[in-house]
Amino acid sequence: MSGIETDVQVTPSLRAGGTVINDFSIEVATVNGSGSQTANTVLLRTIFQMGVPVSGKNLFPSNISGLPTWFTIRVSKHGYIGRKKDADVLVAMNPETAPEDVDKMRAGTLVVYDEPLNLRSRRSDLIFYPVPFDKLVAPVCSKPKLRPLVRNMIYVGVLAYLLNLDMAQAKVALNKQLGKKAAVLDMNAAALQVGYDFASEHFTKQDRYLVAPMNENQGKIIIDGNAAAALGCMFAGVTVVAWYPITPSSSLCESLIMYMKKYRMDKRTGKATFAIIQAEDELASLGIVLGAGWAGARAMTSTSGPGISLMSEFAGLGYYAEVPGVIFDIQRVGPSTGLPTRTMQGDLLQTAYLSHGDTKHILLFPGSVEECYTMAIEAFDLAEEFQTPVFVMSDLDLGMNNWMSDPFPYPEQPPKRGKVLTEQDLQRIGRFERYRDVDGDGIPYRTIPGSSMPAYFCRGSGHNERALYSERPDDYKRNMDRIARKFETARHRVPAPELVRDGADDVGIIAFGSSHFPTIESVDQLRTEADINASYLRIRAFPFSSEVESFVRRHDRIYVVDQNRDGQMRDLLRLELAPELAPKLRSVRHYDGLPIDARTITDQILAQEGITS
Amino acid sequence: MSTMTTTSSPRKLNRIGLDIAIYKGGKTTLCAGCGHNAISERIIDAFFEMGVDPRRVIKLSGIGCSSKTPAYFLGSSFSFNGVHGRMPALATGALLANRQMIAIGVSGDGDTASIGIGHFVHLMRRNLPMIYIIEDNGCYGLTKGQFSATADIGSTLKNGVVNDLPPIDTCALAIELGATFVGRSFSGDKKQLLALLKAAISHRGTVMLDVISPCVTFNDHDGSTKSYSYVKDHDEPLSDVSFIPHFEDMTIDYEPGTSREIQLHDGSKLVLSKLSEQYDPTDKLAALQVLHEAQKRGELVTGLIYYEPGRKDFLELINLVDEPLATLPLDMVRPPREALDEIMESLK
Ligand SMILES: Cc1ncc(C[n+]2csc(CCOP(=O)(O)OP(=O)(O)O)c2C)c(N)n1
Ligand code: SF4
Repeated sequence: MSGIETDVQVTPSLRAGGTVINDFSIEVATVNGSGSQTANTVLLRTIFQMGVPVSGKNLFPSNISGLPTWFTIRVSKHGYIGRKKDADVLVAMNPETAPEDVDKMRAGTLVVYDEPLNLRSRRSDLIFYPVPFDKLVAPVCSKPKLRPLVRNMIYVGVLAYLLNLDMAQAKVALNKQLGKKAAVLDMNAAALQVGYDFASEHFTKQDRYLVAPMNENQGKIIIDGNAAAALGCMFAGVTVVAWYPITPSSSLCESLIMYMKKYRMDKRTGKATFAIIQAEDELASLGIVLGAGWAGARAMTSTSGPGISLMSEFAGLGYYAEVPGVIFDIQRVGPSTGLPTRTMQGDLLQTAYLSHGDTKHILLFPGSVEECYTMAIEAFDLAEEFQTPVFVMSDLDLGMNNWMSDPFPYPEQPPKRGKVLTEQDLQRIGRFERYRDVDGDGIPYRTIPGSSMPAYFCRGSGHNERALYSERPDDYKRNMDRIARKFETARHRVPAPELVRDGADDVGIIAFGSSHFPTIESVDQLRTEADINASYLRIRAFPFSSEVESFVRRHDRIYVVDQNRDGQMRDLLRLELAPELAPKLRSVRHYDGLPIDARTITDQILAQEGITS
Repeated sequence: MSTMTTTSSPRKLNRIGLDIAIYKGGKTTLCAGCGHNAISERIIDAFFEMGVDPRRVIKLSGIGCSSKTPAYFLGSSFSFNGVHGRMPALATGALLANRQMIAIGVSGDGDTASIGIGHFVHLMRRNLPMIYIIEDNGCYGLTKGQFSATADIGSTLKNGVVNDLPPIDTCALAIELGATFVGRSFSGDKKQLLALLKAAISHRGTVMLDVISPCVTFNDHDGSTKSYSYVKDHDEPLSDVSFIPHFEDMTIDYEPGTSREIQLHDGSKLVLSKLSEQYDPTDKLAALQVLHEAQKRGELVTGLIYYEPGRKDFLELINLVDEPLATLPLDMVRPPREALDEIMESLK
């Protein structure tokens, strides 16, 4: 190993522009499986606890250990929590990617690196801080086997010094992560301190980036979307869950299992008030959900694109036989196995019309972790009110990454069970016919096995209003038209779109799901950089409410932000809105597997507006 | 009017005071003489004789002629006719939602042993408390006679195509995988089938009954099948009964421990051998051996082949509350406000 390089040579121009406080992003490049997750979480939490808005994104490979992984932390005094395209601070720990990581940085980037990697020779326009991790970790950790895990905590200490992080908060964060394992905690606390001490002894601050305490995070929580959705399911009163593991959805049901075991055991008997089944495949998962939904339970499953593909046949059954169920689709990159650990909004069209024949499903698009929670609750209500499968379209970015949020509200309303036939209903409507449109809203009454109400024969083949087998053309048409009417009723009942920014009438932006936060930032960029006063409408559900159509009518040009190659939301709007509106719809697309960022949106809109920056 | 003067005989009621009519279903639309119809009749008898309240029963099926049969028995029970091969999932969900129901599932050999085999093996493995019946005719009836995976090696289609793959023995598979009540019978053996079904109703755990049920239409290679060319070539071609030729139902009755040769309508033969009364169905190895040996002889053993008393069924295993999950009161399914507060605090 070469000597410690402490003689940091920096050209004065690198510091040009002055100090940047609380407005930059950190990228930590490590090897998957090297225990960097703990270090990165401590880093994120430290900044969070200092009151500065942060978000963390984990870019990991489809592999258990050995391949490169990147963790990015956005630090934003403005509260922007979407991804930032370029990193300002790089921690280069992975020999395999370090040269490439360094080469792609912009001038002025702060680089902390493992000293033997000799990165400094590659660029003269970056600010390098070499750290001899192996040398530093040895005295801290007597067990050579554990050293690779503990050494990562050293870079947290180094950054604490360089970025002026509060070491007391770092220790609190560390305690939160490892508090239950005393020996490991001590070792990591020592590593943190060693990093800090080394940096303070050897480095003179040359870069621009600093963190200063703010007071923005009072009362806020940090959670990932899947855990948030799991909480939503639990408070919605879910009782039957069937799932089949698939990244990035597995952690939803895994979190649910954890929460339900803690909060949903019957106190009297110690027995479970729920059943969570790991099914044999996604076909079985949705089958179990529909069997349970038919028998009156609130049932759900979670999956991702390949699972959605398999569920197609059962989705059609649920739609046509009119059985409630909730399906979380945590989208990842397709087609096929695609990039299993990267993000995309790629299942939109297939899910909207999933199955054969005329089939249309209710979709919800959570745009934040809080909505992962609230929409989970809403999804169960909608599924039962409309007696149909409801899909919650999250994605890997929302589902698996950590986001700041206000705490979640306790559901004030009891679950809406929809038209489950009661004695009073029966007296009012005279007779029970399972598929008769009694109220004119397309929604029939249902009865539940085990109740004293009349039974019916549920089937996916042709049936009449009395649920009897029928191939008669008039029966088929009447039924299909009624189900279409039900979908129309849903249009007014699903979560309405949110008019996030009400701007001028020329440019309108439509986005949904995890594109929300980058889109807000982009709207601000358009205003400050190009004086474009764009409106922004966030779609929250399919079928589209009438506000979507009037928003499109009101603007000259609409930019639809999609995280997929083909502009699937743009296409869905074209299919569903009045045909004369189609020419207004333009497309902003991002599909490299990374979460979308504001810059990408802004640049594409500027280009299509004919403005070159 | 005096009751003494009535001439009609008193209607037969069962132990819970219900008339057998309540256990019947709609008029069958299957071919006359189809073995499946005989099975429906035995199901009606079994539930009537056992005095099971039809409102406690749920009927489930996949797709196929066999899977249509829930429409023809227990007309006042709830029923779910799902998609091809995946009834086990529907049944699992329904029983998780309401463990107080008695579930009877009807499948075909195509439904079970081909498209649904993955679901079948997991159902057996879970020992879900339900009665799972395979109406086994060695072919796909509803799609007009193709081989199923239980068809015997060397058997032929109407057009002479020979099956050269070995059959899947669903009984052996079920035993191997953990079903706790496995039997085989013949649709025409009224006595045996009824006895097995009645025992099945009393069992807690998965009951797997493979019932050989000849397809009179596609096992009949000459004669009336020609009329099928008139039937439109669609997925459910048999709803128009006017095309269906009439056959006599096959019935047999014979002693335990003996064999019987059954002449099928197409002239082919089926040898059924009834397990003797001394046979011990709780011996798993013996059960598998009996199946393998019979297969070597080209015979099918019938009777209760395997029985495992005492094993926990799936619903017991997962420690569910006794009440149906579907109708638990709100305070049992929504944790209190303090729980959410506690969780939120831990995320700060
Ligand atoms: C996904 C799917 N594939 C194919 C079919 C067509 N199909 C309907 S019934 C059937 C086979 C039925 O055979 P079996 O289960 O043995 O019942 P049987 O009609 O002989 O009683 C097939 C292949 C279908 N309905 N769905
Ligand atoms: S085609 Fe065969 S299986 Fe189908 S109803 Fe007719 S006889 Fe029965």
